[in-house]
Order: sequence, then C-alpha cells, then structure tokens
Amino acid sequence: MAQYIELRNLEGEMSEFRRRVAVAGVFVLVLFAVLLGRFFWLQVVQHDYYLTQAEANRISLVPVVPNRGLILDRHGAVLAHNYTAYTLEIDPARAGDLEATIDALAGIIEIAPRDRRRFKRLLDESRQLSAIPIRTRLSDEEIARFAANRFRFPGVEINARLFRRYPNGTLASHVVGYIGRINKKDVERLEEDGLIANYRGSEHIGKTGLEQTYERELHGITGMAQVEVDSGGRAIRTLSRTPPVSGNNLRLHLDLRLQQAAEQAFGGRRGALVTIEPSTGGVLAFVSMPGFDPNLFIDGIDPQTWSELNTHPDRPMVNRALHGQYPPGSTYKPFMALAALELGRRTPQYSINDPGFFMLPGSSHQYRDWKPGGHGSVNMHQSIVISCDTYYYQLAFEMGIDAIAGFMRHFGFGARTGIDLAGEAIGINPSPEWKQRRFRQKWFTGDTISVSIGQGYNITTLLQLANATAIVANRGTVYRPHLVNSIQDATTQAHRPVLAEAVRRLDFRSQNWDIVHRAMVDVNMPGGTGHRAFAGAAYTVGGKTGTSQVIAIRQGQKYDASKIDERHRDHALYVAYAPADEPRIALAVLLENAGGGGANAAPLARSVIDFYLLGTPVRPVDAEAAATAPARHAPRG
Amino acid sequence: MLRAVETLWRRATAHIDGPLMAAVMLLVVAGMVTLYSASNQSFDRMENKLFNLGVAFAVMWIAANIPIAQLMRLAMPAYLAALVLLVAVALFGDVRNGARRWLDLGFISLQPSELMKLALPLALAWYFDRYESSLRLRNYAIAALLFILPVALIARQPDLGTALLIAASGCYVLFLAGLPWKVIFALAGLGVAALPLLWSVMHDYQRTRVMILLDPAQDPLGAGYHTIQSTIAVGSGGWFGKGWLQGTQTHLDFLPERTTDFIFAVYSEEFGLFGNALLLLMFLLVIGRGLVITLNAPTLFARLVGGSIAMTFFTYAFVNMGMVAGILPVVGVPLPLISYGGTALVSVFFGFGLLMSISTNRKLNRS
Repeated sequence: MAQYIELRNLEGEMSEFRRRVAVAGVFVLVLFAVLLGRFFWLQVVQHDYYLTQAEANRISLVPVVPNRGLILDRHGAVLAHNYTAYTLEIDPARAGDLEATIDALAGIIEIAPRDRRRFKRLLDESRQLSAIPIRTRLSDEEIARFAANRFRFPGVEINARLFRRYPNGTLASHVVGYIGRINKKDVERLEEDGLIANYRGSEHIGKTGLEQTYERELHGITGMAQVEVDSGGRAIRTLSRTPPVSGNNLRLHLDLRLQQAAEQAFGGRRGALVTIEPSTGGVLAFVSMPGFDPNLFIDGIDPQTWSELNTHPDRPMVNRALHGQYPPGSTYKPFMALAALELGRRTPQYSINDPGFFMLPGSSHQYRDWKPGGHGSVNMHQSIVISCDTYYYQLAFEMGIDAIAGFMRHFGFGARTGIDLAGEAIGINPSPEWKQRRFRQKWFTGDTISVSIGQGYNITTLLQLANATAIVANRGTVYRPHLVNSIQDATTQAHRPVLAEAVRRLDFRSQNWDIVHRAMVDVNMPGGTGHRAFAGAAYTVGGKTGTSQVIAIRQGQKYDASKIDERHRDHALYVAYAPADEPRIALAVLLENAGGGGANAAPLARSVIDFYLLGTPVRPVDAEAAATAPARHAPRG
Repeated sequence: MLRAVETLWRRATAHIDGPLMAAVMLLVVAGMVTLYSASNQSFDRMENKLFNLGVAFAVMWIAANIPIAQLMRLAMPAYLAALVLLVAVALFGDVRNGARRWLDLGFISLQPSELMKLALPLALAWYFDRYESSLRLRNYAIAALLFILPVALIARQPDLGTALLIAASGCYVLFLAGLPWKVIFALAGLGVAALPLLWSVMHDYQRTRVMILLDPAQDPLGAGYHTIQSTIAVGSGGWFGKGWLQGTQTHLDFLPERTTDFIFAVYSEEFGLFGNALLLLMFLLVIGRGLVITLNAPTLFARLVGGSIAMTFFTYAFVNMGMVAGILPVVGVPLPLISYGGTALVSVFFGFGLLMSISTNRKLNRS
C-alpha cells in the first residue's frame, strides 16, 4: 500500500517534471523567437539604414587639392609656381606630448629654433585638428632616417605636398604678394562667401597681392576621392575619384625685365614707381622699395622674422605704390593748367608778374614761391617748365576749391583707380565737403592756395599719379589700370582677356592738350626743371618734376630717432610719358626723403624709360651718394 | 586486428551521445568558419582554437565516463571549496580592471566565480536529490540560501553579469525541482518590485551600460560604441549577408572584440538573417537534445543537473546574441562554442560530458 502510494507519487513527480521541462522548452522557443524577430527588424526592416551606416563608416571622402595657377609676366617669365616636396608633419591629436615629440625628432632630423617657433605659431592659429608641419623640404636622407624610426613617433608623418615658390625672391614682391596657411579669419571669410567646401584639404590661401586678389582664379576646384578606410581612418584603397581642376594661370601685363631694371634703378633707396602703358592701362612695372621675400611666408613665417620685417624702419611690408599716400607736389601743376584752360580761367598767353610770393586780399600772409625773389613774368607754358608756384596760387584763388575738386575727379584723384590689386588707398581730393566730414571744420581760402601746388590736404597714391599721367599722355582716354592681361584656363589653355576697354573719355579741346603737352616736353629741355636728367635723350619725353614736403610719411609710425632728420626731408617726385608724340609708357616715381624731384627722381625715370624704349641697361646707382645728396636748394618743381 | 580497433572504438565512444555530439559539431564548425573571418584569416587563432577544442574534447570524454552517481558525491565539496575561494577573493583578491575577481594562489591565479558556475547547479541538484522524498517549502528556502550566498559575493566583486548568469543556473534547478508556481510568481513579483533597489546599489559603469542599451547614441565613441557598431554590422547583413570574409564592419576594424564577445556580429554581418536562423536552429538542436536527455535521466540529481546544463547553455547563447543585437546590455558573456576563448570552451564541453554521462549511464544501467 505504502509502496503503491510512493509509486504513484513518483509518477506524479515525473509528470510534473516533464511539464516543467516542457515549460522550459517553450521558454527557450519564445526567447529565440524574440531574437529572430529582432534580427528580422535589424536585417530586413531597418536594413537600408544600417547598410548606409556601414557604408558611411567605411567610405571616406578625401579632398584632392588642385594645383594652384601660375603667375607669369607678359613674356611668360615665371613669378610664382609650384613644386612637390616632403614635409614632416605632426598631428597634435595623436602625438601626445608635443614638446617631447619634437625633442625626440630633433635627434634624427635637424629642427632649427625657427622651425619650433613657427610650429608653435601654426598650432595656435590652426583650424580644427589638422597635421601641422614641423619641417618642410626634407632631403632623401632625412626621409630615410625618419622612416627607420617611424615606430617611435605616433601621429608624426611624412607627406608629399605641393609648395608655392616665388623664384625671383624680392623682385615684384609687392605685386605678386604671397600665400600663407589658412587661419581662422580666412575660414570665417570663406564660410561667409560660401567657398569653404572648395577649401577642404587646402592648406594655403592668397594673403596679399595678386595671390589674394585672384585667389578664386588661382585656387582651382578641389577634387574628391572616395576612399575605403578602416576604423583608424587609414586608407585601404581608392574606390572612385573626381580629379581636381587646376587653378587658372595669370598672364600679367607686367614686364619682368622692366620691373627688374626699375628696382635696380632704385639702388636700395626707398620709394615707389608705377609705369602704365597709356594705350591699354596695363601696368608695365609696379615697384615698392624695399621689397621682401614672399617665400618666407608660405609655410608660416616664424614670429621673429615677422616682427623684424614689421618693425624695420624702412617698412618693407608697406606697398608704397598702392597704399602709400603722398602729396603730389608740383606734379599737380599740369592738371591745374588743364583745369584753367578747360574751364576758361586762363588763356595760354596770360602772364603774371611773380614777385616771389602771393598774398590773399586783406591779408599780410605771404605764400612763397620756391624761388626767392620770384620768376618775373610767367605765362602758362613757363609756369610748368620752371614750375612757378605763384602762378598757381593766383589761379587757384580765382578758380575756387569747388571748381578744382570737381575737375580733378576726371583724373581719378581722391578715388580708387580700380586696379586688380587689393588694398588700394584712396588718396584725398580735398574739398569743403571733405574737410567738413573729416575735421568738422570750415574750408579757408588759404587751404585752396596750398592745394594748387599739390600740398596742403592734397594726397595721392603713386598709382593714381601714374594713371593720371597716362590719361594726359593719351589725351583723355581713361583705362582702369590692370596687372593681369589675361587668365589662362587650366583645362582648355584658352586665354580670357581682362579689362582691355576704356572706362571713359575726357572730351577736352585738342589745343588744350597740345598746350600742356608742349609745356611738359619743354620741362626736359634746356631751361626746364628736368633738363639735366634728360639731356641727350634719343626720344622726346613729356614730364613734370615735383618735390613734396614731409612731416612724416602718412602712416603714423614712429621713426628711429637717429634718423629723424633724414626722414623729414622732402620726397622727390617725377611723372613722365614717352615718346611724347606717341606715348608707349607713362610713369610716376617717388623717392622718399630724397630731396628735389628734378635732381633725384627724374634721373631714375630716365633710366627706366631708356631701358624700356632703347634697351639701355640700368647703371648701378651709388646708393650712398644718392641718399646723402644735398637737397636743400634744389628747385621744388 | 580490425576487430581490436573496432572494440577500442566502441569502448572509446561508449559514453558519447551521438545526436548531441553531432549537433555540437555543427556549431563548432560554424564557429571555426566565423573565427577564420573574424581574425582576418589568421591561422594562429585557428590552431589555438583547435588545441583548445582538443583539450575540451578530452575533458568532455573524461566527464562522460564518470558515472553520475560518483559525480554526485563531489557536488557538495566542490561547492564549499568554491564558496571558500569566493570569500577569499572578497578578502584578499586582486583588483583588475576595477573589479576584485581574481585570486592569486601563488602557482596559479584563478577566478573562483568560474568554478561556481559549475559547482552551484551540482550542489543544488545534490540537495534536492537528498530530500527528494520529503520536499517541503523549508527545503526550497535552504536551497535558495545555497545560491544567494555565492551570487551575492560575485555581484559584490562587482561582476553583475556572471552573478546573474549563475543565479539563472540556480533558478533553473529550483524550477525543475518543482518549486511551487505560487512561489515562483510571488518571487517574480518581488523581483520586479526590487528593480529600483537593484538600480540604487549598481555601480556607475553598470548603470551606464543599461542607459547605453536604451540609447546607444548618447555616447557613440565611448560606452555606446560596441552596441552601435555591432547593430550596424547585424543590420547591414540583410537577408543573406555580405558573404564570408566580406563583412566591412569586420574587416575594416570597426567591430570591437570581434573574435570573442562580439563574434556573433561577424557571423551575422556575413551570413545575414538566413544564417542567423540557421545558427538558432543549431543551438536549438543542442538545447533540445539536452532536454531530451534530461527527460530520460534516471535520478532526480541527473535530471536537475542535465536540465540546468541545457538551460544555462541556452541562457549564454541568448544573452550573447541579445547583447550583440542591442536588446540586452553589454555584459562579458561569450557565445558558447563560437567565441574564441579556452576557459569557456572547456567548461561548456565539461557540461556536455555530464549530459553524455547521464544519457549513456542510463542506457548501460538498463542493458
């Protein structure tokens, strides 16, 4: 009996156990079904999403940087080109302790203190987290040495990069400008202009000069490569590639040989020169002395060199031709004469008697001529040839400032010429409205008197002066001065011309041009202020000397105290065009603190014109003698 | 001669359960194929795994040849030894990766929790077998104590994953031993109610893992990286997968721990939903065969041990695949028979050895 119960009990237990195993089996099936459901959800329903994610993981778009366009002069001489070189770069995100890494690198590759300083500066300025070069232009041996030690340097890599090179160094440096590494400000500007996408992968951007102005043409279109990468970002293979489009080449109007001759003619003196082809407005030479070596800037200039360039008393970084503003002095007189003729204020025959000064009615203040005692009887022709001040004092008094300012606008004074070079200064074409705006002061008649001889509030750039001279030379056709003649398409090699057409014409009476032209030619004849410089010239040349009084050049900088005397000397100016009957060249030249224009600037203009028209080589200038030449009693005009 | 070989073969395979062996071999082959891909065609790993398999087969063969009654005698001593070691860990253990899990015995350093994985179900089964004829609620309470002690010790290490898995193996024994349904439901209710309490005693990294499960995108490169990359791998596999050796997530190094805990993502990426279903089927064959052996086991001890082994095997597989598919938090659980790793392989095969011992001893008893 007892046994029976126990057996039944055992049976019951067994069947309960079987039930429980069955429940466990169902449990297993249900949970596996849940898994299967989840797999179905991920692999079928959401498949597209996850496939995209996997592709995004594995495929990375790598920008392919285009070749930057070349800059060539009118004959094809190279001003800027590219070459490939190897750089040693550090990725700050992966390298860990940067100081220690650089110290260790210095053990196998030469790293100069200036490399370190530059690296530090680039690190501060760099956008996002990109590799920063510590050394550029590695030699084959250095590459081999690094390769052997590579395992010691995580985050340090050797990369082949395109570099910009300016083969002529300082020559034409203010025209070409330079490129530099893209900094945060550049990024902001590119973002504003919506160009940032095209700069993925680009390290450099034009910072000054043509490199800056024509950045859009020169940069080219960035290509893209679809690259398969692993989780560490290393490229495994290239899947597809959209090739980059190289930047366009710039073909300049500039003649590099003339540029070189002109720079040589400065002989180390400070100043500026702009020469323009009157028939086109093309710039033949564009000089600002001293220059600088643009190659220093390409991969970030080291801070010490930078501050040396910026604090140097000669200010090599200032583009004097474009940005420097100087009183035009007596070079202003031909324009005044034209104004008088055109506005009917003077006939060519009208003469004044110059006692050596001019006084306003009811005033005892004497506006003095540069020649004590005066020139005696002076008509318009003579007023230009001998540069008589009193003639213009009186003329200006009669014309009034409004008429003068209105007329001078025709020649582009007080306005940008619109040259294809960024950073052009505007100059001042003084007028009562201008004075009211600028100083909140009334215009005095005395102000007008100073303006008439290119002093007082009168300020121009050398570019404006050269441009105005070119307008006189071609009898009133106004071009926009331009450095670039044509842009050569990188793919089709076709040339696209830039700015060849006249902007406007000044409809002045032909005899008025003749009167002024004759006077300007006689400036360089016996008895004229430019005669000494142009004696024996094989061509006729129209010109005008000028001497502009200085307190300091108008940029507010402090001068080295020991040089203060020299820096307060007058600037020597000269404007010219030649050959006079069919001008092929117009120019304006200024020598800072050199004294009288006839004695100092005119000879420089002569050697430049000689070179351009006759091919005469420039004689080396004795810079020491030129700089210390006495300037006291030279004629102003 | 031939006859002698035949006899030797019969002797050697006398305790090997054919169907279980066949199902296990299917998974082993699937594992080798996947490992080859996951290790980027590394034969080193393959050789290593083959060696581990050799050891594991030996252990299985030995376990299969131990009569289950003899094993029963070892159950309680093994459990007590493991418990003592766990206490020792809590007192003098080494801290590695922020958790006190390892015990350095001078000549060997071991994780007593691994030992407990096997010892706990054996001990519980032994206890129920002993009180088989007079089971009261009191017995369940004592049994519960037997498993709460080691689970609590392991949870404190902290190793919540292992603790929960060991708790699960204990629960399977309690369940199969006939714990009344009323109690089961009551405990389940209590468990749900205790969840907030569990949350409050959890470590920060454990909470993070749970949070990451709910929203992996909140830390895509940190704690969420594993889950995100493994779900991408699984999801991008599609119906039939990208093909063997063709998984981009795998071969471009996006999948972390792809030969060990996340090897299922490799398999899933390359073989797709179809392959996954096949793999689930293979696991079902092993589990099913285990449960069938359990049903036919001669003693209560054998039934409980067998059932617990089969269900624990299932639990590991489910937790691992659930983790890879992003429905369970990331816990360090390998996919049995597929993942690379010697210890886990040996202990799984030891379990199969016990199942085979249960299965074949019954037959031998009968004959």
